[in-house]
Amino acid sequence: MSNNTLANPRATRRDFLKSAGSIGAVALTIGFELGGATRRAFGAPASPVAAAGFTPNAFLRIGSDSSVTVIAKHVEMGQGAYTGIATIVAEELDADWKQVRVESAPADAKRYANFVFGMQGTGGSSAMANSWNQLREAGGKARAVLLAAAAKEWKVPVAELTVEQGTVYHAGKKRRAAFGALVATAATLPIPETVQLKDPKDFKLIGHQVPRVDAAAKSDGTAQFTIDVVLPGMLVALLKRPPLFGATVKSFDAAAAGAVPGVVKVVQVPRGIAVVAKSFWAAKQGRDALKIEWDDSKAEKRSSAALMDEYRRLADQPGLPARKEGDAVQAIKDAKRKVSASYEFPYLAHAPMEPLDAVVKLSANSCEIWAGDQFQTVDQANAAHTAGLDPQQVSIHTLYAGGSFGRRANPGSDYIVEAVSIAKAFGADGTPIKLQWTREDDIHGGLYRPMYFHKLEAGLNAEGQLTGWRHVIVGQSIVAGTPFAGLIKDGIDGTSVEGAANIPYAIPNVAVDLSTTQTGVPVLWWRVVGSSHTAFAVEAFIDEVAHAAGQDGFTFRRNLLDQHPRMKAVLELAAEKAGWSTPLPPGKGRGIAVAEAFKTFVAQVAEVSVDKDGQVKVDRVVCALDCGTPINPDIIAAQMEGGIGFGLGAILYGAITLKDGRIEQDNFNAYRVLRINEMPKVEVHIVPSAEPPTGVGEPGVAPVGPAVANAIFAATGKRHYVLPFTRVSAS
Amino acid sequence: MSTSFVLNGKPATLDADPKMPLLWAIREVAGLPGTKFGCGMALCGACTVHLDGKATRSCVTPLSSVAGRNVTTIEGLATARAKAVQAAWIKLQVPQCGYCQSGQIMSATALLETNSAPSDADIDSAMSGNICRCATYSRIRAAIHAAADSVKV
Repeated sequence: MSNNTLANPRATRRDFLKSAGSIGAVALTIGFELGGATRRAFGAPASPVAAAGFTPNAFLRIGSDSSVTVIAKHVEMGQGAYTGIATIVAEELDADWKQVRVESAPADAKRYANFVFGMQGTGGSSAMANSWNQLREAGGKARAVLLAAAAKEWKVPVAELTVEQGTVYHAGKKRRAAFGALVATAATLPIPETVQLKDPKDFKLIGHQVPRVDAAAKSDGTAQFTIDVVLPGMLVALLKRPPLFGATVKSFDAAAAGAVPGVVKVVQVPRGIAVVAKSFWAAKQGRDALKIEWDDSKAEKRSSAALMDEYRRLADQPGLPARKEGDAVQAIKDAKRKVSASYEFPYLAHAPMEPLDAVVKLSANSCEIWAGDQFQTVDQANAAHTAGLDPQQVSIHTLYAGGSFGRRANPGSDYIVEAVSIAKAFGADGTPIKLQWTREDDIHGGLYRPMYFHKLEAGLNAEGQLTGWRHVIVGQSIVAGTPFAGLIKDGIDGTSVEGAANIPYAIPNVAVDLSTTQTGVPVLWWRVVGSSHTAFAVEAFIDEVAHAAGQDGFTFRRNLLDQHPRMKAVLELAAEKAGWSTPLPPGKGRGIAVAEAFKTFVAQVAEVSVDKDGQVKVDRVVCALDCGTPINPDIIAAQMEGGIGFGLGAILYGAITLKDGRIEQDNFNAYRVLRINEMPKVEVHIVPSAEPPTGVGEPGVAPVGPAVANAIFAATGKRHYVLPFTRVSAS
Repeated sequence: MSTSFVLNGKPATLDADPKMPLLWAIREVAGLPGTKFGCGMALCGACTVHLDGKATRSCVTPLSSVAGRNVTTIEGLATARAKAVQAAWIKLQVPQCGYCQSGQIMSATALLETNSAPSDADIDSAMSGNICRCATYSRIRAAIHAAADSVKV
């Protein structure tokens, strides 16, 4: 192992926070030293000089070196949260962007709860909406105190002071002080109860092209992920999990594994048998040498094809109503023209590029965790329960996550609990242990986007108007059986029907029903959650209905959206920018779709080419969105580009299938994802807005599938009802 | 058992199982963590390094096979083209989660070292072995073109 050690990056600040008391307390920060491989902050390099500073609240620390450290309660997993959070603070503070850096918050639900969840965690595309008021105030109040400090030192009225890029000026810039020169005085002054926030017309950072705080470190290999954590004496563990969901260890023989050079110990934990070794390679060879007999008696042994057959049958039986207006059944019965279709959606793995991993240092009375942690409060509680400790004895260092797409936010904290249980079985002796998943572990590891069956029927009258809409959804609940089961209302898991129950189109008779199924396959939210399937079903079907009504897909939708002006506006903008009405040559087609997800409205127009062998190439996607006040237009565009690529890979190739309970995919050969040669040209158009900001990490995923499906229909006259469009076999 | 080779321009001797994949030897023995593990089967490109200048998947390259050869990792990039690639990556704000980007940059640099003005088709063929789950592909393509333009004489 290398000598590249990671010093405890949080102890000093943790100690400080303990003494600082509640949010808003004023105290001096205790200095800290940075050096070697220790990288505790992200963005501008930290000063190596121990710096006394000003900490006006839980989200901000200003050093005597004028560094501005923003403390992020959200994880940075690619979505740009760190940059957005820092931008909001820096804007109201009038900080110099070059001096701003971001540090992850410790696990502390009292200070760092996400307002959407009531606990600390990142998800639901909520980081900017969450931070908007909280961090504008944090920045604004800190600025007010710095001004008060300058006024006190210079004995001048605050009204005569101005602030620009981290410097306070008096009397037409004759007198100046950098933030750092004011922190000692600032730390002695009270924090104001209220503060006047900026008029948006005065924004210098918000709405402008502020560069990401993490771009440089992510372009030279220095960005630190969990896999990169090295602690003195650290060991690496790989875990052999059962081949079927629900199977358990009957017996095992660790002799051969234990004989592999470098293997230190083989331990049994609730999820399987772990090999703890001095290196990944030794742990891997040790794991390969394990002999395990599994007890399959309670395991899920069905195939996904059989499950889908069952779902199809369930769609013909009554479910529970998720929405009911008028009498959709009668309206469709009475309709002049009826349209029906059904859609099949597979299980999907998240497959973030960094396979799941966590480092745990467990002792008799403390548990320290390093992870790309997305669910701090839940992970802290689950780790404590596993270790037999109190949650307060569990600390979490949140590092950059190498992608997540929902996977690292799971109610059972699977990868964290595994790591803690291994450390416990190892002896809880303070030896740091890094649990590393392989790609196969990830693909086989469950917590998939659930498999769903959708059945839709619609009725049109003689004038081609939509009179009735019936939508039945069959599939597993994501939150059932978890601490989030309270989200189920009257038997309806909102995450199963979002995007369908709130269908925006003006239809007099609507019925949306849900049949919730149970299988042994663990499921989880996957980027854009319910809309990852509902948007496809609704937007592909409405296209089919429009066609049956003899109308253009764009016009048909637009005429039904008078009650939803923001949705209508993005639809119109996408159509206009895509040149919706201009003809395309033969073999090419254009399709449109619109969706609302996490209060953001997104419309996309896809252009596809289909060759004579039926090979589809998505050439271009024009995307229009309304996400309220755009905080960072370039990151918003990046999230739309990325969401489109992520969604496109899934609808073209993505499927996790089971054969007699066994997952049929192992790695990126059979679980295909989008590659660069398949990436369309993407254009993003943002609707100007003064509404509060809403999410951008997920919504871009929702419309791309149906937009492409509708474009393929326009090009070929063929519709796709089974996802993905291409089934991949490993060869 | 030790293996000697040139790592980022300097002689290196790593004492490790000769069958150990170069990826893990670089990361855990040499202590250079910029090269990433993504699939272990040369399917994703996160582990890409340069072996005698050629983009190579270190996760399936046994340590013994690099004896006496030149290995460059993201930490050792030093040529004008490599610097141009990294500068373009920052200028065009390519990274999202960033985990795959070391591998992307190593593949892109190897491409530009042999083809100073790649076409879109050249980029497809050189880069399609590198997966990015954040799908930063449009920007990767644009950054390669920008880097190529910036080092033109």
